[in-house]
Amino acid sequence: MKSRSMAVGLWIVMALSLVAAAGCVDADGGTGEERPVASAGGGTVGEEAGDAQAAPAAGAINIAGGTAHIPVMTEVQKRFAATHPAVKISVAGGGSGVGIKQVGEGLVEIGNSGRTPTDEEIETYGLVLHRWAVDGVAVVVHPDNPVGDLSAEQLVRIFAGEITDWQAVGGPAHAIDVYTRDEESGTRKVFVDKALGKGAITGGANVVVSNGAMKSAVAQDPYSIGYVSVGHIDETVGPVALDGVAPTLENVKSGVYPVARGLYSLTKGEPQGVVAEFIAYLYTAEGQEIITAAGFIPVSE
Amino acid sequence: MRPAGERLAEGGLAASALASSLVTVAILLFLLVMGLPLLRGGLILQLLGGGWQPDQGQYGIAPMLAGTLLIAPLGLLIALPLCLGVSALVTVLGQNAVSTFIRGFVRFMTGIPTVVYGFVGVFLLVPLVRELFGHGSGMCVLSAALLLAVLISPTMILFFTEAFAGVPESYRRAVDALGGTRVQALVYVILPQAWRGVLSGTIMGMGRAFGDTMIALMIAGNAARVPDSLLDPARTLTSHIALIKAADYESLEFKSIFACGLVLYLITAVLAVAVRGLARDKGAVR
Repeated sequence: MKSRSMAVGLWIVMALSLVAAAGCVDADGGTGEERPVASAGGGTVGEEAGDAQAAPAAGAINIAGGTAHIPVMTEVQKRFAATHPAVKISVAGGGSGVGIKQVGEGLVEIGNSGRTPTDEEIETYGLVLHRWAVDGVAVVVHPDNPVGDLSAEQLVRIFAGEITDWQAVGGPAHAIDVYTRDEESGTRKVFVDKALGKGAITGGANVVVSNGAMKSAVAQDPYSIGYVSVGHIDETVGPVALDGVAPTLENVKSGVYPVARGLYSLTKGEPQGVVAEFIAYLYTAEGQEIITAAGFIPVSE
Repeated sequence: MRPAGERLAEGGLAASALASSLVTVAILLFLLVMGLPLLRGGLILQLLGGGWQPDQGQYGIAPMLAGTLLIAPLGLLIALPLCLGVSALVTVLGQNAVSTFIRGFVRFMTGIPTVVYGFVGVFLLVPLVRELFGHGSGMCVLSAALLLAVLISPTMILFFTEAFAGVPESYRRAVDALGGTRVQALVYVILPQAWRGVLSGTIMGMGRAFGDTMIALMIAGNAARVPDSLLDPARTLTSHIALIKAADYESLEFKSIFACGLVLYLITAVLAVAVRGLARDKGAVR
């Protein structure tokens, strides 16, 4: 009996809220100003960011965005914390799109991006770019896969879903499992633009959400093909040469390997206080060492 | 006259009940307000029916709807017989020591974070499915549904055991008196008597299956395409919301997330109301 009236009540409340919603929108003629707190990638940073904005000297650095940057960021965070114990630093992923968006909206102090922000993004948000490394994006397969070299055309056709068996490119007779990144990824953007010539990626591709996840997915699956930041390559994955050019650090540095990009840390306006110190640290000898150790080519200011 | 403290406590409890139900309503309100431009322009139909190709300006969520409608019910289909069996063993057929152990274990399982299941799935289940069927990466509808079944089982088993235990003892004694076996008691007396509880538990499990994000995100492969087979990767509405992070708030891409949210909300709301509807009748075992 009681639960029946509850069910009825529930329906009434839902109906009322429908009416209220409609009225609400009619009244202010639009909902453009509604701003949800950005989700997933940098979910943890919301509250702290607010405090930091009110008093930047209080010493909180929230970092979000590019996942290729994360190993460098966490290492710098560790060293930085030793000399600045009062500064609270958090590092989150989310992808380059998230980094650009969140720093632009003032949700984080530093937004990382593995692609150059568009002119529109720079202008709208007043972004200042700090490019501290050059990185390549490499095609990777399972280390046991004998395929170590692909032509540009083969690569485009594999990712477009036209070549579907490894046998067609000199591998084992087995279907190819294509792995790609989500649309926020700067690595994906650079890969599509420079390695695929803006070619399409098959809708049947598995989607993973970070460079780290891509590496473990490819390492797990003997028939995989994917792409990661050159800095993330280790013995668990097999790098694939493009038209005979191996994705090594040297080839990226010399410009022979074409699928390269800058790694950026972005701030909204010129960085101030501890944020400026944090970014400056990336360009010190110690910072450049960390960047080199992470497998990137450091860029001096 | 009741003491003031008691009234105070009652008032406090009523206030918190009201607050939590208001939050639920506020979420619906928020989704509707944000999603209204979609509902108004008839865009919602386009989004519900279309494919997801952001490069070509297509932001439809049909593949994700298909992913959810495949993975969640399939998970349930796998879990249901399993849970019925375990519950029957625990309450009706089993030895005391065994049933106590299983009961405790099931309770423990309800506390395991989803991400742990997901992680185990990536390293154990996915390679197994890949090698067993020799098709695709192993990140697929089947893998996700199997793991979802594991995830929702504890909740369902707890519901089922309660429903079975709620059948009056005298009914079982009557079966004994007629010379019936325990299996006969289960099939002819307990199951028919406890069906409402079984249904409630099933709907609860279904709600969890629809709402789960982590397992689909980690196991299903996230391909934004309607899967052709159970071994193809798929993306659910929930993992789609998790994947589309910080696009321009005015863009269609971002708005499509609200379409996902609305669809999910409606599915869960209908399920919740259905549970209440079933449970309201007197004598229903919850």
